[in-house]
Amino acid sequence: MSDHKIICAGFGGQGVMSMGRLLAYTGMLQGLEVSWLPSYGPEMRGGTANCHVIVSETPIGSPIISRDASAVIALNLPSMIKFENELVPGGQLVTNSSLITANPKRTDIEVIPIAANEEAASLGSAKSANMIMLGSYLAVSSLFSVDDVAGALQKVFGPKKADLLPPNRAALARGCEVAQSVVVR
Amino acid sequence: MMPVVFEKTRGLTDKQTHYCPGCTHGIIHRLVGEVLEEMDVLDNTIGVAPVGCAALAYDYFNCDMNLAAHGRAPAVATGIKRVLPDRTVFAYQGDGDLASIGTAEIVHAAHRGEKITVIFVNNAIYGMTGGQMAPTTLIGQRTTTSPYGRDLSHTGNPIRVSEMLATIDGAAFVERVSVHNPQHVRKAKTAIRNAFVTQQKGLGFSIVEVLSTCPTNWGMTPIDSLTWLKANMIPYYPLGNLRRPEEANHE
Amino acid sequence: MEKVLMKGNEAIGAAAIRGGCAYFFGYPITPQNEIPEYMSRELPKVGGVFLQAESEVAAINMVYGAAGAGARVMTSSSSPGISLKQEGISYIAGAELPCVIVNMMRGGPGLGGIQPGQADYFQATRGGGNGDYRHIVYAPASIQETVDIMMEAFDTADLYRVPVLVLGDGMIGQMMEPVEFREPRKRSLPSKEWTTTGTGGSRSPNIISSLRLDPVQLEELNKRLHAKYAEIEKNETRWESYKTEDAEIVFVSYGTSSRIARNALEILRADGVKAGLIRPVTLWPFPFVAFDELGTSVRALMSVEMSMGQMVDDVRIASNGRWPVGLHGRTGGMVPVQHDVVEAARTFLREVK
Repeated sequence: MSDHKIICAGFGGQGVMSMGRLLAYTGMLQGLEVSWLPSYGPEMRGGTANCHVIVSETPIGSPIISRDASAVIALNLPSMIKFENELVPGGQLVTNSSLITANPKRTDIEVIPIAANEEAASLGSAKSANMIMLGSYLAVSSLFSVDDVAGALQKVFGPKKADLLPPNRAALARGCEVAQSVVVR
Repeated sequence: MMPVVFEKTRGLTDKQTHYCPGCTHGIIHRLVGEVLEEMDVLDNTIGVAPVGCAALAYDYFNCDMNLAAHGRAPAVATGIKRVLPDRTVFAYQGDGDLASIGTAEIVHAAHRGEKITVIFVNNAIYGMTGGQMAPTTLIGQRTTTSPYGRDLSHTGNPIRVSEMLATIDGAAFVERVSVHNPQHVRKAKTAIRNAFVTQQKGLGFSIVEVLSTCPTNWGMTPIDSLTWLKANMIPYYPLGNLRRPEEANHE
Repeated sequence: MEKVLMKGNEAIGAAAIRGGCAYFFGYPITPQNEIPEYMSRELPKVGGVFLQAESEVAAINMVYGAAGAGARVMTSSSSPGISLKQEGISYIAGAELPCVIVNMMRGGPGLGGIQPGQADYFQATRGGGNGDYRHIVYAPASIQETVDIMMEAFDTADLYRVPVLVLGDGMIGQMMEPVEFREPRKRSLPSKEWTTTGTGGSRSPNIISSLRLDPVQLEELNKRLHAKYAEIEKNETRWESYKTEDAEIVFVSYGTSSRIARNALEILRADGVKAGLIRPVTLWPFPFVAFDELGTSVRALMSVEMSMGQMVDDVRIASNGRWPVGLHGRTGGMVPVQHDVVEAARTFLREVK
């Protein structure tokens, strides 16, 4: 496995931090090396809360992703503009097409537009757009299966919040399904 | 055999103090030492000395002692008391230490209701450094940094620490006393005892402000200093209790 | 023990409590707030005390009091707050009290910013307070290393009766990595007969003070302190040498920037340039001896740090004229970029040819 270097970005409140943390946590449970580096400070309250997640089979050097991102998951337009240039050629840009109608400038990358807000709404949980996006990323990266991530989520929620698992799992699965159809198309 | 009518308290060591002739620090040390001995808490007491004339108090009190940085004695005492809540902890501070550089620490220790006792010696001047103006220096009083007399329009009014601290709910016991004559020395001892009783009963923060003299830096004889204290300091710094918990033993 | 995914700041709190810390005095400042928050939540559960002080100045003096009363105690802050604590640290060093201080550095000078920095190197290693004192400075580069160091730091402080500074930065504080809490090596520690806990009527009073008005006594104190510091230099110096055996250029870098230097090293090696890394784990004592172990292949050293050049002074001392010393520094909250480090190394190697 080559290193997976993923930037998750969006508005504060869209759940990009927890999405990235979940990826790192899943990696750790799989016995892989992981790091999760958040942006912090006032920018969190504005446009581009983001985190850098690295999943690797070997010890991780810098936790910063710098022009070597294998994937960017952008939940809003400022995030796409800010981070598309961090992608390696052939890298994957998963965009939330519910909020991002513009095209990226890069032409040497793979773009996977996902209408995450609409998909989340159709599942009856508008807040789970981040899980739709994460599910889509799982589909196109083959990093983890939906079961791997759901297993990690189960540990995060514990028995007290067990009722939160099914809707999140459904959103992950839905995101995965949608991405497969986008890629096929 | 002659009857014993007075003996030095076990609360003080035998070390000769460095205080100037006529300075009242010695009396105040003795009162604190006697109270700690009489309350039978001396062996479980930790004191904190300040920066200033009383820095060397750690050599004079016959109990475990710490020397704090300038103004920080209430913070050091807080650290000790939080680790050893069943011990008696006191800070001994002068007016430069407490009322100038250490205002934040004293106000917040009082505000937290920190269960410590502070002995605050107010002689209206910086003694150790050579007689500079203190926040407690009186209007018109000449010092080495107010050579024309303290000017209200330039440096404001002298700070009344006890009145300020008495506005704070956590300050359970606040009293101002003086040691310019034997009658007041006895009253001062009672106040000091009540302050330690307040601590012992866990009722909150306690402080005794003691008006004191500095013959050397005031440029007066010891007797003239006592007279000056009575004539000038007491009118501005009125004596009396400002806060006292119901439960504290007041004689 | 099972690995857990933890944020650096919280991991520090967890490791401190496992290391026996029962008292925390601090004041809020970004980017280390998760440490006091964690301690306020967790210390009461283990019978300890968390107290938010009125200032950093008060906090470090509460540490002085608690350490004198025999407690395992710590404080944490970030750069401007650590500046305020310097007076207290000097007094703690002078009074020979053990404690642990954490600095999650941010950019300066003054209020600076809140993004990661390493510009407190001078303050940390030269002493920001007055007088002839030293204290141990650990600079962990991962959350696991941070945890290992924190769990041991209280023992080390007690062993030598010195303040121990753990120097991280905003990135170490904010990032998450898997950690495992491992028992540190057991050290035999002296009993604390010097503490001020009340005489109990069974001994003469103990005095904790940094005051020595007699110059003879004060010089004696300093000589004793420096004998102790020499012991620390002998026993506690730590570093990691990585791929230095055949290196032509050796990066010297600590903490967060060492991770970027390591990436740059791999990029250079993939391209045929033999790069190595000396990573000081203790900044004081600085691992001068690591440089004596370098082979004849070395043509240049390069300090990579988040400052305009502070550690580079120690690298020059370490080099002692043997190798040219370069610098790649970013500051103000800017973190070095691996490609820039690669470029700087190539340029420097061309210059020193």
